Amino acid sequence: MSDSTDDPTGGPTDDPRAEATADGGTGAGAGPPRRARLRIWRGDGPSGRLTDYTVDAHEGEVVLDLIHRVQATLAPDLAVRWNCKAGKCGSCSAEINGRPRLLCMTRMSLFAPDEVLTVTPMRTFPVIRDLVTDVGFNYAKAREIPAFVPPRGLGPGEYRMSQEDVARSQEFRKCIECFLCQDVCHVVRDHEENKESFAGPRFLMRAAELDTHPLDAAGERGLDRARDAQKEHGLGFCNITKCCTEVCPESIRITDNALIPLKERAVDRAYDPLVWLGSRIRRRRRDD
Amino acid sequence: MSNVARQTWDVVVVGAGGAGLRAAIEAREQGLRTAVICKSLFGKAHTVMAEGGIAASMGNVNARDDWRTHFRDTLRGGKFLNHWRMAELHAREAPDRVWELETWGALFDRTRDGRISQRNFGGHEYPRLAHVGDRTGLELIRTLQQRVVALQQEDFRESGDHEARLRIFQECTVTRVLTEGGVPGGRVAGVFGYARESGTFLVLDAPAVVLATGGIGKSFKVTSNSWEYTGDGHALALLAGAPLVNMEFVQFHPTGMVWPPSVKGILVTESVRGDGGVLRNSAGRRFMFDYVPEVFRAQYAADEAEADGWYEDPEHHRRPPELLPRDEVARAINAEVKAGRGSPHGGVFLDVSTRLPAAEIERRLPSMHHQFKQLADVDITREPMEVGPTCHYVMGGVDVDPDTAAATGVPGLFAAGEVAGGMHGSNRLGGNSLSDLLVFGRRAGLHAALHAGGLAPARRPRAGDAQVAAAEAEALRPFGGAEQAGGGAEPENPYTIHTELQRTMNDLVGIIRRDAEMAEALERLAALRARAERVAVEGHRQYNPGWHLALDLRNMLLVSECVALAARERTESRGGHTRDDHPAMDPAWRRVNLLCALPEPAAGVRLTRRGLPAMRADLLDLFEREELAKYLTEEELT
Ligand SMILES: Cc1cc2nc3c(=O)[nH]c(=O)nc-3n(C[C@H](O)[C@H](O)[C@H](O)COP(=O)(O)OP(=O)(O)OC[C@H]3O[C@@H](n4cnc5c(N)ncnc54)[C@H](O)[C@@H]3O)c2cc1C
Ligand code: SF4
Ligand code: SF4
Ligand code: FES
Repeated sequence: MSDSTDDPTGGPTDDPRAEATADGGTGAGAGPPRRARLRIWRGDGPSGRLTDYTVDAHEGEVVLDLIHRVQATLAPDLAVRWNCKAGKCGSCSAEINGRPRLLCMTRMSLFAPDEVLTVTPMRTFPVIRDLVTDVGFNYAKAREIPAFVPPRGLGPGEYRMSQEDVARSQEFRKCIECFLCQDVCHVVRDHEENKESFAGPRFLMRAAELDTHPLDAAGERGLDRARDAQKEHGLGFCNITKCCTEVCPESIRITDNALIPLKERAVDRAYDPLVWLGSRIRRRRRDD
Repeated sequence: MSNVARQTWDVVVVGAGGAGLRAAIEAREQGLRTAVICKSLFGKAHTVMAEGGIAASMGNVNARDDWRTHFRDTLRGGKFLNHWRMAELHAREAPDRVWELETWGALFDRTRDGRISQRNFGGHEYPRLAHVGDRTGLELIRTLQQRVVALQQEDFRESGDHEARLRIFQECTVTRVLTEGGVPGGRVAGVFGYARESGTFLVLDAPAVVLATGGIGKSFKVTSNSWEYTGDGHALALLAGAPLVNMEFVQFHPTGMVWPPSVKGILVTESVRGDGGVLRNSAGRRFMFDYVPEVFRAQYAADEAEADGWYEDPEHHRRPPELLPRDEVARAINAEVKAGRGSPHGGVFLDVSTRLPAAEIERRLPSMHHQFKQLADVDITREPMEVGPTCHYVMGGVDVDPDTAAATGVPGLFAAGEVAGGMHGSNRLGGNSLSDLLVFGRRAGLHAALHAGGLAPARRPRAGDAQVAAAEAEALRPFGGAEQAGGGAEPENPYTIHTELQRTMNDLVGIIRRDAEMAEALERLAALRARAERVAVEGHRQYNPGWHLALDLRNMLLVSECVALAARERTESRGGHTRDDHPAMDPAWRRVNLLCALPEPAAGVRLTRRGLPAMRADLLDLFEREELAKYLTEEELT
């Protein structure tokens, strides 16, 4: 992962209005505020640049609070995505000092009081405006992973699975689709050309999730999810650097628990399809 | 009109939360071409935030549970103001809706014998909430999202086009429901909206529109709701000629975070109490024992020993009072704080650290653990949380037919989920929203499909150019705000108006209400409405949040007016509506629904009364006469 921020095509500017003490937006009230300096990417991809803003920061605030204060007092048209402001929806992804993060879960106390925070959009996706990127890549990839295949002969209400067996897939289903892992992965971060053939950690993990789903019946339809991930979705590009795991706000162990086991299964099964078939059958029996 | 993109669909669903997605799946499965339109990205709707669970009487943990018990609990929670037919359909169909999710790939937490596990929640007699830790909403929305994708993959195999029969228009906001002839109450002709990203306009022509836009919480200062909750669907319905019902009932969840200020209002799930957490005041007292109201005495424990016994042996103990319906707990916390027995930051203490081993807390309440650690530097396995009431849910909404989800008064308009009214009466039980979304989302999708499918293409209404042009002019108004203001009046900042609106509703139409304060609120709202006419925004139309907020203000102001008007009219206290000047519940008021309508948009909201339909006899028989006597009038009992 790179430390440096986006190369601004123009240098930082001084917005003449970029100074405010008013308490805007979310408003706060604890203790005396301090002044915080932000350097925010403004504009669209080719013509954007970093702009400096100074606003109050109150005790306990997160970076999104400050972005909102900039919006309410200095730059009403500053574009930023957010929904829940509680780390649950995965909308507010951006990069702070070059590191992919959720704006709503990044406390100001993480930084030194005099540190200037550089806030830029996710680098791997095209910028629409300011901090908002076009994440359509991810939705396209989501459609390419074959859906859950319900088991034949089990009606609604008849599914029986043990907690132990669902726990593996459940870890992956904690994903809030913030796409920070997709943003950080070096396979596509600076390699537009790989996007077509690489689903990215989030969607390779989706394949792993379905592969470990105790009742997924893809195998009975002739679909081997691990090999499919290898052949169709670029699992082979991943060289297990674990950068995705490091940025995941849900602390999902993407590499260790999803990608590496998926790779192993893909290899095993490539050698011996009977082993794979056997493992499916054993698994089904145990769950019955 | 050249700059308005126009497309034709069979069914348009506004909203991609649980209700909207379930409706869209149903309409598509009925074979109709269905479009979903939503303000944020696909998969980010408010439903994603739901934590505790989804209520359905599957009876997996306690086999005695059945739909009748669920029905009874729902009516008790709503203080018998619920539309009984909605509550009945909801209780009967919820289990099927949950099981169906499993066939689409959902992975709920399990019981020892491998079924879906169910947890306790306030107001539910048995453990009833299917859940995934405390991230149930995420599981629900992801499952529905993935079901949409599965259907799109099917269509792709057939036609080579993923979006042939089911398409999501994400980050698009609907600002008008179009009707035949452009008159309120005319047959539905489609929707008008803008794409947030580009600022361009679009019209989707369709004879059936399902509103599934969620709630209104962003009109209040302290809320658990996201920015999407500006009451759009409520306002769209009013403007199209459909009335709203029960708007005085707003749920304040008892436990929101109170510290630090930046997170004030963020929800602390009720599962904390369902799993053993207790509320204490600054003196260390478990004060909820002091607040068990007469109607609930029979079901709730009188002391700590009895309450603590319930978690292990519910057959022989009554429930802890921390698990009373939300309105009761929220009022109790409010009273403790007012009496000077609050926590340092104006809440009370919610403690699970002395009740469960740390590892168990981390397993059962992982996102709460994370949320407090990350945002408040509090480790909930070691110390209590500070909590206080937060605006959470609106019981009021579009008045609908219970069986079909059709909105009253506008043919082709349907509503489901939080935007619809009636189901929860005066107060919603936890977990009953997620099940409501699925039960009535499916019904709305089904009946929208039947409505659209029953109309020959030539007989479909179509909105004329003038109506579209008017919608476009309305949406562009904030860019010309300064000039239009005229008379030298200063242009207004949308953020400032929003902040003042939130303060007004929070302070004057909040958890405890008084006539004079509501009268003042109505005056302030009128003044804010006038100022909102002069809102001006900077910049251009591409992803411009100032502009988006300026357009949302119309909806928030309209909906707030409904809340304040209805709340002032109802001179009793019931569920989510507490009057300081009328503290008692009045059986005569139980028979009355308040409806808000907008017959002449310029003349403002009009309030009318309507009698509640009488409950079917077999359903009445589910209750003891003694209990009914607490709610019903003498006349109804005989
Ligand atoms: C923190 C929290 C926790 C909760 N926990 C629980 C729980 O455990 N159990 C439970 O039962 N309930 C819970 N609830 C309540 C429940 O989550 C909501 O009531 C429910 O999710 C609402 O779903 P919905 O489908 O009606 O709307 P939402 O999921 O809110 O979706 C609304 C949709 O409409 C779209 N929309 C809105 N306006 C427009 C417009 N003008 N144009 C286009 N699209 C528009 C939005 O973009 C969104 O897609 C919780 C609520 C909160 C806030
Ligand atoms: S571990 Fe694999 S998927 Fe994750 S960032 Fe590294 S290369 Fe990408
Ligand atoms: S796996 Fe983690 S980082 Fe990747 S999208 Fe999901 S939550 Fe975000
Ligand atoms: S706003 Fe939802 S994760 Fe940040």
